[in-house]
Amino acid sequence: MSTRPSMIGRFGLYAFLLVTAAFFAIPLLIVFLTALKDSDEARAASIFLLPGSPDFEAFRVAWLEACIGRECSGISGRFWNSVIITVLSTSISLLLASINGFALAMWDLRRGGLVLGLLLIGAFVPYQVMIYPLVRIFALGGMHQTLTAIVVVHVLFGLPILTLIFRNFYVGLPPELIKAGRVDGAGFFQIYRFIVMPMSLNVAIVAGIISVTGVWNDYLLGLIFAGPSWQPMTVSVASLSATASSGVPEHNVNMAATLLTALPPLLLYLVSGRYFVRGVTSGAVKG
Amino acid sequence: MKLRPRTVASLALVPTILLTVIGYYVSILWTVGLSFTPSRILPVARWAGFDMYERLFQTERWHVAYTNLYIFGGLYIGFCLVIGLGLAIALDQSVRGRSFFQTIFLYPVALSFIVTGLAWRWLLNPTTGLQDFVRGLGFESFTLDLLSSPDRAIFTLVIAGVWHSAGLTMVILFAGLQSIDQEIWQASRVDCIPRWRMYWHVVLPMLWPVVVTCLVLLGMQVVRSYDLVVVLTGGGPGYSTDVPAKFIVDHYFERQNVGLASAAATLLLLTVVALFVLVSILRRKGAAT
Repeated sequence: MSTRPSMIGRFGLYAFLLVTAAFFAIPLLIVFLTALKDSDEARAASIFLLPGSPDFEAFRVAWLEACIGRECSGISGRFWNSVIITVLSTSISLLLASINGFALAMWDLRRGGLVLGLLLIGAFVPYQVMIYPLVRIFALGGMHQTLTAIVVVHVLFGLPILTLIFRNFYVGLPPELIKAGRVDGAGFFQIYRFIVMPMSLNVAIVAGIISVTGVWNDYLLGLIFAGPSWQPMTVSVASLSATASSGVPEHNVNMAATLLTALPPLLLYLVSGRYFVRGVTSGAVKG
Repeated sequence: MKLRPRTVASLALVPTILLTVIGYYVSILWTVGLSFTPSRILPVARWAGFDMYERLFQTERWHVAYTNLYIFGGLYIGFCLVIGLGLAIALDQSVRGRSFFQTIFLYPVALSFIVTGLAWRWLLNPTTGLQDFVRGLGFESFTLDLLSSPDRAIFTLVIAGVWHSAGLTMVILFAGLQSIDQEIWQASRVDCIPRWRMYWHVVLPMLWPVVVTCLVLLGMQVVRSYDLVVVLTGGGPGYSTDVPAKFIVDHYFERQNVGLASAAATLLLLTVVALFVLVSILRRKGAAT
């Protein structure tokens, strides 16, 4: 901007950007190309060759017929498992986190800082330190490997960052909002519902993106807490590629399944643009 | 009776408080407690002192896993910071197509480590992958047999991990660069200071808090790295690419060794605490200069 950069410097700059862009773009392109091939071509020909007769057959097989363990009905069922887990976890987390954020930001509660601190410290503890007791607790309640269990752990581990995002947003709102509501005789939940909630759309989108990508992309929690009947897509895709190598490897189907798993967060990323960037950076802003 | 709204606000926090106290803190204490018992498949309440820790330190696989945490962590964080900073500075030079480049650099962050691992395992497979491609170019003896080499398989984790997360570092550092006062550039033009010296001596120190933030975020990914290892290398060949996160899960749920796994989990927790002390020192150091 300041000094006029030389032509060579400019050229080097764009060369650097293009080479790195290729490094980032190529793996996904290769996955896509492989998914368009038939199984012989995917097995024998170089991954960089374009498919001879590209079609979406591998996607159909992955969706409806691919074998996970002994069951050969594709990953479509797991896709809907993931959808249900993600929708439930995200809506419960957002509701709880926004109420928390509102209570912590605007009501000057005694020990409010302590509650937030307890929540945030927990966010830095690796899951591995907590999973086994959680399994025992769910087993005691007869809920081991149920939909309830997987949704509760997702809410539990999502709450710190989501609460922080809502709190940081509400701290910036004028306190007069509450005072006005109080004068009119409104209670906590009325002020939340009719004054605060309608102003929260933007921050809810950011928090929602974090929650959806986090829950959808999770593997460990799904593996341990969801069980076979609620197995999410990430878990089945990971084991799908393991089983396919036992017989004739069908790399094209594996790659199609991989791509189908990647698609929802990828579309969310492309559609939401700036919100996504705010989402991933908001974790970085100091609370 | 009508409750005061402020009391309702406190009560609204109760579900979260219960969830956190039980979910986090009771669980953590429970795990630490289990690490002092000889529990196998099911937890038993018999005191075993530091037996499990002694056994852990005699376990070769744990040493490999714990060392890998630092090898993988150091390389992953280092490359993410260098590439992320390079890209952030490059994009800060008012380049054309900035949002296009940013979209490409950042999209892997939206993907799971499962997808990342599957994609890179496919790219690195020796028969039709990158190795075959380079040989096809005429380098017949070229070998990129990273996945089957116990010494080098860890680098596949680094490559795939950096591919996944460098964009995140870029976007955070870029936001930091944008927030820096543009007047310093006018000042540097008056004093005829070259741009690169400005970046090295002025901008980078100003970015220090943002760099520390990146360190924390990337560090958390390292400690949690389980998915990528499972999919890309399975911890192998042998257990050469094992990491503590995988060691713990395996010993809890496959090897039925709850006491040993709890001891390993407790050590992982202590490691995180130690790293946090380190980070707060780094923060203060940045604030002091």
